[in-house]
Amino acid sequence: MNKVADVLNKDKALWIYKRMVLIRHFELRMQQLCLDKKKAGENPGALHSYEGQEAISMGISACLRDDDCVFSTHRGHGHALSKGLNLRLTVAELMGKAAGCCRGRGGSMHLFDPKIGLMGGNGIVGGGLPLVLGAGYAAKYKGTDRVAVAYFGDGGASQGSLHESMNLAGIWKLPIIYVLENNVYAATTHFRYQCPIENVAERAAGYAMPGETVPGNDLIACYQAADRAVRRARAGEGATFLEFKTYRHRTHCMVIPEHRPQAERDEWHSKDPILIFGNRMMDEGFAGEAELKKIVAEVDAELEDAVQFAKDSPYPDPATLTEGFWAN
Amino acid sequence: MRMMNLAQAICEAVDEEMARDENVCLLGEDVGVFGGVWGTYPRLQTKYGERRVWDTPLSESAIVGTAAGAAMCGLRPIAEIMYFDFVTCAMDPMINQIPKARFMSGNQLTLPLTIIGQFGSGSSEAAQHSQSLEAWFIHTPGWKVVMPSSVYDTKGLLKSTIRDNNPVVFLWNRSLYEVKEEVPDGEWIVPLSQANVVREGTDITVVATSFMVSQTQKAIESLGDEISVELIDPRTVQPLDVRTILESVEKTGRLLVVHEAPAICGFGAEVVRQVVYHSFDYLDAQPVVLGAMHVPMPFAENLERTVVPQPKDIAEKIREIVPARAGSYV
Repeated sequence: MNKVADVLNKDKALWIYKRMVLIRHFELRMQQLCLDKKKAGENPGALHSYEGQEAISMGISACLRDDDCVFSTHRGHGHALSKGLNLRLTVAELMGKAAGCCRGRGGSMHLFDPKIGLMGGNGIVGGGLPLVLGAGYAAKYKGTDRVAVAYFGDGGASQGSLHESMNLAGIWKLPIIYVLENNVYAATTHFRYQCPIENVAERAAGYAMPGETVPGNDLIACYQAADRAVRRARAGEGATFLEFKTYRHRTHCMVIPEHRPQAERDEWHSKDPILIFGNRMMDEGFAGEAELKKIVAEVDAELEDAVQFAKDSPYPDPATLTEGFWAN
Repeated sequence: MRMMNLAQAICEAVDEEMARDENVCLLGEDVGVFGGVWGTYPRLQTKYGERRVWDTPLSESAIVGTAAGAAMCGLRPIAEIMYFDFVTCAMDPMINQIPKARFMSGNQLTLPLTIIGQFGSGSSEAAQHSQSLEAWFIHTPGWKVVMPSSVYDTKGLLKSTIRDNNPVVFLWNRSLYEVKEEVPDGEWIVPLSQANVVREGTDITVVATSFMVSQTQKAIESLGDEISVELIDPRTVQPLDVRTILESVEKTGRLLVVHEAPAICGFGAEVVRQVVYHSFDYLDAQPVVLGAMHVPMPFAENLERTVVPQPKDIAEKIREIVPARAGSYV
């Protein structure tokens, strides 16, 4: 197994660590805000938490540039923050405020920032899979080495849109990375009811692209798999299918009560990606405990600033609802 | 001036816009090597290459999705759906992705794409190859919907459509392939959202779309001098040039809408809604929608002609709405 130092320089490793912690604490804080609303008798909303999957979005995003595109899912806060979406604008958007990244029109499942290649979450499972083809095609059309990433889950892997997408990507050798985050459950349905085989990545060969099964809670393994796929794509060699085995700490969304076996949850919690990465860095003498604690404190301060910014921001003016509806 | 048919109009529009703008590209089934099953894109792939004119696999959701993603990333794709009935295989990108992306992103995204296709009945192709589905996209916020009725308008509107920075569904009726018209040399543009008063009149306003425009003209000819019909072709059904229609109804006092789609919840229902709301006091008769019977399109030719309004049906409906002139017998 590679040492962290063999794969990442210190700045990058700590940047990755900070973002993983940010995603985790963001999810916790946003859910807390929802529960506060519920206590106040307001509509709490239903967030789809990314807790537990941080190694995947950061492993991928650490290999991407701002001009690479990412098509996210309903569980997209982690994808968005990994890609670099501004924290204040993210919190404001989740609160539906005018200052949100999408003017309060998109919300939790539709975070967009095309300037950094964030082409939106998606409320439709598998909805981004046809769209990623166009991003891949545009990259080739314009003669660039940009790549396009499509995230989806074990549920999304059953959608016909995935198969049509991989088929076309295989024919045209598009610079796409298919990122399957297999977290064992699609809403409440266990993977055994979802797929007749154990490793979805085995299907990739049928679409003329390599498929890899990756331990999704190991940041270094995720980064290395992503790096291979991104290099392939940039070199014009076509698409790659990566299946990351992982687990989400929460149920599908906040309104679904916990239903998964305790033993299963305990096992996966013992493989917490942030603890694994942090401990590894400390064990290898790559970073110290104090350093990592300082990063956590920075994250919490930035998060509180963002929450306050969002709380202080006004709701969108209804009179502006149709502003810019048609592009000129 | 020169003679031109519909396929040539489409080809010329696409060719001119591809020459004008590097980002315009064409994708669909059989459009490249074969030049389109309707003969609409001959030699375009030879001229522009596989990068800009490309044959897709048989995969409507991938075709439409590719157009969507490419538009989000700076291209101006034109994606063909071979029979517009097949759009059902692409309904997620058509309804949940494309028309909503700009709005959900707070206007950060612009999707200058065109989805084109032919539709319509009259060739005995049965229920799954003969529908008129424009109402679905008129009804979905975020789409513009264009339906030309003539060769001239087809070329001019398609050029405008390609240049428009919004998602547009551009539909032509199969029956129009046989039409040949005299058209100018060179280029011309027909703007979107501008209705065409095809023929002026005083007794009744008939709003007709696509192939029903020429079918209505046949009906009008059969009426002779009996009734003075004002015929309006909206050309763009969404966003609709309501003003032209209202001005006409305020002059004639009567409205008939004719389209090939079923009458229930079709485009005609929307026209009537606008007219009744804005021009109620001007109406001398109930507004009427003449659309297809509410059945799937049957295969047998005679049954098809029963389901879809024919010129004689249109003429009969006009006679029903416009009362006999003073001095004539009912």
